[in-house]
Amino acid sequence: MHYYTDLILILDSTVRLAIPLILACLAGLYSERAGIVDIGLEGKLLGAAFGAAAMSAVTGSPWLGLLAGIGVALGMSGIHGLASINLKGNQIISGVALNFLAAGLTTFLGQSWFHRGGFTPQLSQSQRFGPISLPYADQVKDVPILGGLYSELISGHNILAYVAFIAVPVTAWVLFSTRFGLRLRAVGENPKALDTAGMSVTLLRYQALIITAVLVGIGGTYLSIAQSAGFNNNMSAGRGYIALAALIFAKWKPWPALATCLLFGFLDALQFRLQGIQFPVIGEVPVQAIQVLPYILTVVLLAGFIGRAVAPKAAGQPYTKER
Amino acid sequence: MAKDASSSTQRLETAAALPPAIKLVGINKSFGPVRANRDIHLSVQRGTVHGIVGENGAGKSTLMSILYGFYTADSGTIHVSGKPVSITDSRHALALGIGMVHQHFMLVDNFTVIENVVLGAEDSALLGPTLSKARDQLKQLAKDYGLEVDPDALIEDLSVGQQQRVEILKALYRGADILILDEPTGVLTPAEADHLFRILKTLRDEGKTIILITHKLREIMAITDEVSVMRQGTMVKTLETAQTSPGELAELMVGRRVLLEVEKGPASPGDVLLKVKDLVVTDDFGIARVKNVSFQVRAGEIVGIAGVAGNGQSELLEAISGMRDQTLGSVEVNGQAISAFGDDGAARLRDAGLAHVPEDRLREGLVTTLLEWENSILGYHNSYGSGLGLDIAKAKSEAAERIEKFDIRPANTALKTANFSGGNQQKIVLAREMERNPDVLIVGQPTRGVDIGAIEFIHKQIIAMRDAGKAILLVSVELDEIRSLSDRILVLFDGEIVGEADPATADEGALGLLMAGVHEGGASGESETEARLPEHVTPIEKTLTEMSPRVDKDESQ
Amino acid sequence: MSARVPLPRWVDVALLPVLNVMLAFLIGGIVVMLVGQNPLDAVGIMIYGAFGYGSGFGYTLYYTTDFIFAGLAVSLAYQAGLFNIGPEGQAYVAGLGVILVALALNGLPWLVTVPAMIVAGGLFGAAWAFIPGYLQAKRGSHIVITTILFNFIAVSMMGYIISKHLKPDGVNSDESAPIDAISRVPQLNVFWDLFKHSPVNISFILALLALVGVYWLVWRTKFGFAMRVLGQNPTAARYAGISNSRMIMITMALAGAMAGMVAVNNVGGVQGRLILNFVSGAGFVGVAVAFMGKGHPFGVALSALLFGALYQGGQELAFSMPGITREMIVTIQALVILFTGAMGDMLRPPLERVFFKPPDNSSAEGG
Repeated sequence: MHYYTDLILILDSTVRLAIPLILACLAGLYSERAGIVDIGLEGKLLGAAFGAAAMSAVTGSPWLGLLAGIGVALGMSGIHGLASINLKGNQIISGVALNFLAAGLTTFLGQSWFHRGGFTPQLSQSQRFGPISLPYADQVKDVPILGGLYSELISGHNILAYVAFIAVPVTAWVLFSTRFGLRLRAVGENPKALDTAGMSVTLLRYQALIITAVLVGIGGTYLSIAQSAGFNNNMSAGRGYIALAALIFAKWKPWPALATCLLFGFLDALQFRLQGIQFPVIGEVPVQAIQVLPYILTVVLLAGFIGRAVAPKAAGQPYTKER
Repeated sequence: MAKDASSSTQRLETAAALPPAIKLVGINKSFGPVRANRDIHLSVQRGTVHGIVGENGAGKSTLMSILYGFYTADSGTIHVSGKPVSITDSRHALALGIGMVHQHFMLVDNFTVIENVVLGAEDSALLGPTLSKARDQLKQLAKDYGLEVDPDALIEDLSVGQQQRVEILKALYRGADILILDEPTGVLTPAEADHLFRILKTLRDEGKTIILITHKLREIMAITDEVSVMRQGTMVKTLETAQTSPGELAELMVGRRVLLEVEKGPASPGDVLLKVKDLVVTDDFGIARVKNVSFQVRAGEIVGIAGVAGNGQSELLEAISGMRDQTLGSVEVNGQAISAFGDDGAARLRDAGLAHVPEDRLREGLVTTLLEWENSILGYHNSYGSGLGLDIAKAKSEAAERIEKFDIRPANTALKTANFSGGNQQKIVLAREMERNPDVLIVGQPTRGVDIGAIEFIHKQIIAMRDAGKAILLVSVELDEIRSLSDRILVLFDGEIVGEADPATADEGALGLLMAGVHEGGASGESETEARLPEHVTPIEKTLTEMSPRVDKDESQ
Repeated sequence: MSARVPLPRWVDVALLPVLNVMLAFLIGGIVVMLVGQNPLDAVGIMIYGAFGYGSGFGYTLYYTTDFIFAGLAVSLAYQAGLFNIGPEGQAYVAGLGVILVALALNGLPWLVTVPAMIVAGGLFGAAWAFIPGYLQAKRGSHIVITTILFNFIAVSMMGYIISKHLKPDGVNSDESAPIDAISRVPQLNVFWDLFKHSPVNISFILALLALVGVYWLVWRTKFGFAMRVLGQNPTAARYAGISNSRMIMITMALAGAMAGMVAVNNVGGVQGRLILNFVSGAGFVGVAVAFMGKGHPFGVALSALLFGALYQGGQELAFSMPGITREMIVTIQALVILFTGAMGDMLRPPLERVFFKPPDNSSAEGG
């Protein structure tokens, strides 16, 4: 029973840690499926986290915070779109620049506005997204096995977490069952096919970037005003890059993306749980060894040792009408 | 369907009573300093096949892209069915019933046929209803026009001919009434081309208007009712096909009578310098494109490889020149076996005395962002200077000598190669490869996209190399070029050498049959049945045998 | 074939980048104004802080040293068409090489230890860059992604090594044992009093040599020629018999070695020990430096100096102007990358209109 509770707790923190990854990963999925590589996910997460925390601290409303988070991500997506769609610039450079921009501006503005060394003020319960108890969660709590599973693992997350999980089937449906999804996938594979069929490559790519911004905006908001009670320096801590790795690992597909993000979230959760625990023979497992696993796994995948990750064909290339 | 195809003249007479399907008045289009179309006037009659011929760069594709809304004309007006219209984008063109089959297919490779067909023409936000409607409609189109393709097949699994059918289906699904085809046979085998022409004739008989862009005169003669000739961005003349001849069209295309005959003496072949044995080459997807090819080229002879593009020529050239790993077999240069494995195989072959003028100079043979002198040492850079350093002075002075000798213009070694014309770029490549005095020279498409004056020069240089005792392997999709330069012709079909011919005696019809994979001793079953006409299309079969592009009866009699 | 009007060379090479940088600073200035500070005052303070007095200038050159190496690590790879975003990790791992050699030779004079540190740092940095190079060349893994991943892997690996193996007993912070003063890379103030109290050391001279060396390698050698062919047209490289895979691996190793020199400057020189996360972003600044410098060593030198001045001036600014933090510099850096890199062609159309020449000139010589 003790191990079972432990397991539930690890799984619960797996879910919590996976949520920003899922949102950022799906965000990247829309963008890359449309042919735009988004190294800037990290910066967008960070920027959105700051926007949300700052707005919530000032207005007291987490919902306005959410809007601000999405707004920041939209603005950054706009810059990325301008650079990579209109000006046909290098998408990787643009992404790198956006990451720096977020890292610099969030701290700089945070310090100028709040004078707390780049932190935003501590948020109260009402300024954050709190946990939602699903119906009967309390009543079934003591039912063996399933009760704990329901009340601890499934119930008790905040609204943004549920949004993340709902976003997965919705994305799968949009991608494979709607007109928009068909066009989105096409524009990432062969934009010229769309152009010659009378559709606007630019418009479609911007639409994809907007969805990307909304999702990653929610992800950033989750970081600062749902998972934590305020913004702190560089709080995205590489999650945008992990999400990107997860996207590659999932071969740009929504359900595998969910699975990969949960796996990476699990590794993250495990890392905390294993700290200081002595194992027979191997002794203590260094934190870093688990920390580094998502990256190593992705490298191994990229090297083609476990399957092949084939990116959308037009990803990274600006579209130009040719003579 | 049962009615006999009416004659071309009758069709034109009937159509004359109606407003033309397309009428272009005074179309102009420039790209920067290049005037691609100047004051174009054109009228295409409804229910006819209208050919547009011209050399590469004559402005045909630009004109059609304007008609299709991919570009907007700088000035001029377009009338569709008698009404003036302004076509601002492709969607607009489609709404007017104009569909286009591009030279390079506009398909999404990892989509299914049906997904490609509905892409951009979906009825609603949800795909389900559209897909089931499209499925029915594809069945109907397949029945009406013989356009049969599995709707659930992935594009990347289809043959080129089938992919083209998907392009046509896309246009018809969108209700196209006027169909533009841009160089549709360039990538097709003769059998596939025949199939395409049958489809086009059926479409015409059903009242569709077809505009066929090509530079192949035989196709024009075989299938069109009227033909318009373009040259250097202008519309030279529109003629009734029945009233003209390939000779007249060729003359109109180039502006003067061209003698494709190249003066050359008899060959005096010496030792075997290039020996290819049992060569098997696979493409990037692991499909064998060259199958057990063996041949030799002797000193002092030009061996031409004839074939329809896409039958393994590119892979053969790439393997012999070390740009692609051979899967099996051997290549010997000067009696020395060369392993072309590894990505520096080209260097080992060069060291052994093999030079290579590649098929696609912009993609392979030049680095257009680098300067002329830098390109003139490409592949030989390791012989400039001892140690690590590059002897730039030597490279520049040699480049200047070659510019002089090959009359490359502008005569400036410090200019980026992107700023040279196609013919001069080709001369830079030729000069580089020939001036190293190689024993074996491999030449792919030596005159593709090159102006007439440069063609003659290039042909002369190749002959001079032969006369200097070099072994030359020539690959070209221009059969005329192969015939006039080669001392021996090998025909490549589906990756195999299916026959050898003497250019002095071979007749075009026989070569055409070889290129189509039909040869004595029995062709492979598949190609033979495809080359023969299916039984059920009797009325068209009749027309086809009368007008076949391959077997020109009038000439052979 | 492009219909684009070619700009005069000086406009392309000099005016356009300068305008782009000015644009970045303009926007940076607006941000400064938004938080209620005077951007002109800020610029004044920064210029004084960076160049106005000896040790300030010394600090500027110290930062410049790092940025030259990191910038060369990016631009050298870029010549071969490889986008190396990994100098951060490469420099970090090189720190291990430097400290291992330095501690092994600890107590010997710098004339012995410094060359050893250079070799060790170069080898470790090269090795860390070689792996992504190998994976790109032989397994087709995208180098951008793998170099990013290797930055993270370096962080975990080095974190473990420093905290678990290099940290001496009784030391609280995560760092190695110190190198004796006599064995460290000597500071320039030993030779030149102007730089007193500043950390600039003879790594700076090494950086200047590296600039010349890279120029020579890229534009004056056969290897550099092959590298440029590969970078501009990989198919033509294969046609020319240049082994793409070998070039990729060698180039990445050279780039990594360049990045490794950042460790010589810091671990071997300034800090005299291996400290957790000592690279602190210098590798990423290299990306900005390389793009602003258009990949040319001369440009890299100028932009590294600019960023060096920004970093030093920014420190000064953070001291004397309340409300402005060092992070403003990161923002400027981001804007520079954005405007010189991703949006580098934004000002091209208006410039083309200004410098438009009538077409009949060019068609006459086009022939």
